[in-house]
Amino acid sequence: MALSSLHLRDADLSLRDRFFRLSWGYILLICLVAITGFVVLYSAANGHWKPWAAKQFWRFVLGFGVMISVSMVGLRTWLKYAYVFYALSLFLLILVSVFGHIGMGAQRWISLGFIRIQPSELMKIALILALSRYFHGGSLQDAQSISYLFVPLIMVAMPAVLVLRQPDLGTTILLTAGAGVLFFLVGVQIWKFAALGGVGLLSIPIAWRFLHDYQKERVFTFLDPERDPLGKGYHIMQSKITLGSGGFFGKGFLQGTQSRLNFLPEKQTDFIFTVLAEEFGMVASVSLLVLYLALIFYGYMIAFRSNSYFGRLLALGLSTNLFLYVFINIAMVMGLLPVVGVPLPMISYGGTVMLTLMFSFGLVECVNIDREVQIGRRGAYDD
Amino acid sequence: MATYDGDKGKMLTRRAALTVGGELVMSAVLMGRMYYLQVLEADRYKTLAEENRISTRLLAPPRGLIFDRFGKPLAENRQNFRVQVISEQTEGNLNATLEALMKILPLSDGEIQRIRKEVRRSRNFTPVTIRENLTWEEMAAIQLNAPDLPGIIIDEGLSRFYPMKEKFAHLIGYVGAPSEAEIEKGPPLLKLPGFYVGKTGIELQYENKLRGKEGTQRVEVNAVGRVIREIERDEGTPGAVLPLSIDMRLQNIAYEKMKDYSGSAVMLDIYTGEVLLLMSTPSFNPNSFTYGLSVDEWKDLTTNPKNPLLNKVLGGLYSPGSTFKMVVALAALEAGVVRPDTKINCSGHVVIGNHRFHCWKGSGHGDLTLREALMHSCDIYFYEIARRTGIEKISAMARRFGFGAVTGIDLAGEKAGLMPTRRWKELVRGEQWLQGDTCNTGIGQGYVLATPLQLAVMAAALANDGYKVTPRLTVPENRNPNEHSGIALNLSKAHLQLMREGMFDVINNPKGTARVAKIDINGKLIAGKTGTTQVKRITIKEREDGLRSQDELPWEERNHALFVAFGPTENPRYALSVVIEHGGGGGTTAGPVARDIMAEALKLDPAFRPTYLHTKKTGK
Repeated sequence: MALSSLHLRDADLSLRDRFFRLSWGYILLICLVAITGFVVLYSAANGHWKPWAAKQFWRFVLGFGVMISVSMVGLRTWLKYAYVFYALSLFLLILVSVFGHIGMGAQRWISLGFIRIQPSELMKIALILALSRYFHGGSLQDAQSISYLFVPLIMVAMPAVLVLRQPDLGTTILLTAGAGVLFFLVGVQIWKFAALGGVGLLSIPIAWRFLHDYQKERVFTFLDPERDPLGKGYHIMQSKITLGSGGFFGKGFLQGTQSRLNFLPEKQTDFIFTVLAEEFGMVASVSLLVLYLALIFYGYMIAFRSNSYFGRLLALGLSTNLFLYVFINIAMVMGLLPVVGVPLPMISYGGTVMLTLMFSFGLVECVNIDREVQIGRRGAYDD
Repeated sequence: MATYDGDKGKMLTRRAALTVGGELVMSAVLMGRMYYLQVLEADRYKTLAEENRISTRLLAPPRGLIFDRFGKPLAENRQNFRVQVISEQTEGNLNATLEALMKILPLSDGEIQRIRKEVRRSRNFTPVTIRENLTWEEMAAIQLNAPDLPGIIIDEGLSRFYPMKEKFAHLIGYVGAPSEAEIEKGPPLLKLPGFYVGKTGIELQYENKLRGKEGTQRVEVNAVGRVIREIERDEGTPGAVLPLSIDMRLQNIAYEKMKDYSGSAVMLDIYTGEVLLLMSTPSFNPNSFTYGLSVDEWKDLTTNPKNPLLNKVLGGLYSPGSTFKMVVALAALEAGVVRPDTKINCSGHVVIGNHRFHCWKGSGHGDLTLREALMHSCDIYFYEIARRTGIEKISAMARRFGFGAVTGIDLAGEKAGLMPTRRWKELVRGEQWLQGDTCNTGIGQGYVLATPLQLAVMAAALANDGYKVTPRLTVPENRNPNEHSGIALNLSKAHLQLMREGMFDVINNPKGTARVAKIDINGKLIAGKTGTTQVKRITIKEREDGLRSQDELPWEERNHALFVAFGPTENPRYALSVVIEHGGGGGTTAGPVARDIMAEALKLDPAFRPTYLHTKKTGK
């Protein structure tokens, strides 16, 4: 196949061509993380596929289909519909705040009958897509002028406020941090971040008043988990005990007393990392982190092989977003960050997150497939 | 290539490199934290995880059994069946299970309410007790219907049972749930549900011996405390077996003779001090305290004027009356104010100071020697010798015999009684000691107060040639039955012999005041002394109107009847005191009771038989 053409268009590649241009190494890494997830969920259920591992497997299969489908759509098409996708996600977010069901004490999802949609998860992708498109269209000088940043800041602020009101602090942090990374990547001056940080620090006392009591409690607990070991500090204390008692080599598969005897509530979701760390020790916790880093850096590699600024920024943004997930979750279970409710990607039990992640992997694959495609500032084939 | 990609692309590359660098640093921080938690602090967290997982539970040791001196059981542990419900196993329908159970075991509304409340309060896998102490029939019926009773289980435990019931209530005492204070300062074992401790009597006195050492059970538990499996088990040590010095057969006969009176009886081995009999009546069934006492029963026990809960042997205080006359006589003889052959005339009354004292026999006894005075229990004789001896010397002699102080028996609740002196009256009552007080003390009335146990110790000392024994309820392992265990009182053997002769006459002389108590068991005779003490002062008017018979008086105004005795008269071995509250005359009520108990003791002769402890030791 003559793929060195400078004027390659989406239409130039058949679906068959696209399929064979998929990065199988990237997919292999994704599968390795997913398999780790099945094993840990199997163990978390005391050696049973039910109720978690089996369901997670089928979600992965579904997610795999989503990933391939997403990668089959051309990169230009994603660019073209980026704002539409963002608008749709924003609309759904507004919808949940009006009609959303109450789940876990917060309004988070819309039921379509056969499937429940969490618009905040869709927004994680939509925001990165929309911002990538926005910055694709500007110059470095644009990116460094304050007036040019007004629109993307609004694009971040609207969903962030909506999600925070749900209230979902974890997703808000991921949304704003993920967007922040994009601002950083496109070259917004460091001093602007510092200034924003300064303003943020000054507004903490004001923001504090808007936090829910349970969120305040989480901050207190983070600051001193041992002051109330049976109450609010219970999760963090037990999480650290679970991790620490695993030692270097772990207690062995299905031998984790902390997880088997339920000392860790909700171990199948946000605290799943400790189940792995207890049974397989530091060897496994470091290995998993390295595996994630491999997946993330593979994404960066794909980004830098792309000829389009949009493609690069998209792959960089999505991969960095994955890193944020991993870092916040692991730091949280190890007591380095407050418990904010961020899952461990691909391993924590949960459907929407799995599908969103597979969606984003599909986009990275899409960048990979269309790496030769050049895209003009306004999305044309050439300038 | 588009120009805009130049600077913009370079910036993107530079910032991406910075991002990668930042991510590597952050990952290094995570790995450092992993190393800290999983390697450096691993041991601490492993310990914490074990503490989470392992729960150590206490196992109650079986309480030590109590036997009489020949190995007859006095306190046992009985299998106690209780029915419990585990709510998570009721197939989600506690009410249906309870209704099904009620067809076999009727439950009151109150009980059902309590069960529902407890079920709500406890975890759904914790058994909640529905009822304890099921009968065998009830238990069998429940087990037979088990398939229709989901969640209902039968649990076995041990509960204390006293087979002799009322006969040993005061002596053995009973067990009960520990009080808040006991739980606070006691070992954690006391916190076990259903764990009982000694509350009174031997159960209280020997609590440490009877309790045993708790066992432990190490179990694996999950986060909500459900037991997953047992890891190890140490049964602990059962409480020690406690053989008492009591002979159950003597206790039986004493109860038969006394159960309708309000009184007490105690018998000592005069050499070893072993208590062979200790009875207080009326009694109560100590099993009621284990199996639950109704409000009415409790009210009856606490308001009964005969005071069933009091152990009168140690806790009852009485004027010793004429049983005290030997002490007065010994004090007078030792002081030299009277010799054995000194005669004193009794005309029925005597005026001392400005008070007229009467003899119990209004017509008088005429001229009497000391021995005759004891036999007749003449009051005039003892007023006179008491006056001559003086209160200080009488009091000192009484104290040598143990009056006014606890005997030191190994049983709680003992009272010291009172042996007055001049100083005591001045200090406590703020009054001058009068000569009349000395005379009253001379016949064991007035201020002097003694327990039946002190009277038995006195009788023992008279019988064993002047040794004050310490009463004991347990048999020592190195028991020597033929050795004095008491403290020598340094009394004249001749004087003691005279006392015993006087006491011999009381029973065996046809003119004695307790002729009714005479027995002859294979040539063995007994000696003793009566005592009748006024509860109410006799007024001059009553005396002029003629004294009414005791039977005509209301119960609570009748005299107390006392009796001390020892036997056999040759080589004595047993000392006994009997007190019948409001029994009328010492000779007429207390005497026959003492006689029958003594007859049984002389027949059985328990002091010379090997005890349970010693037969077991030598393997016979």
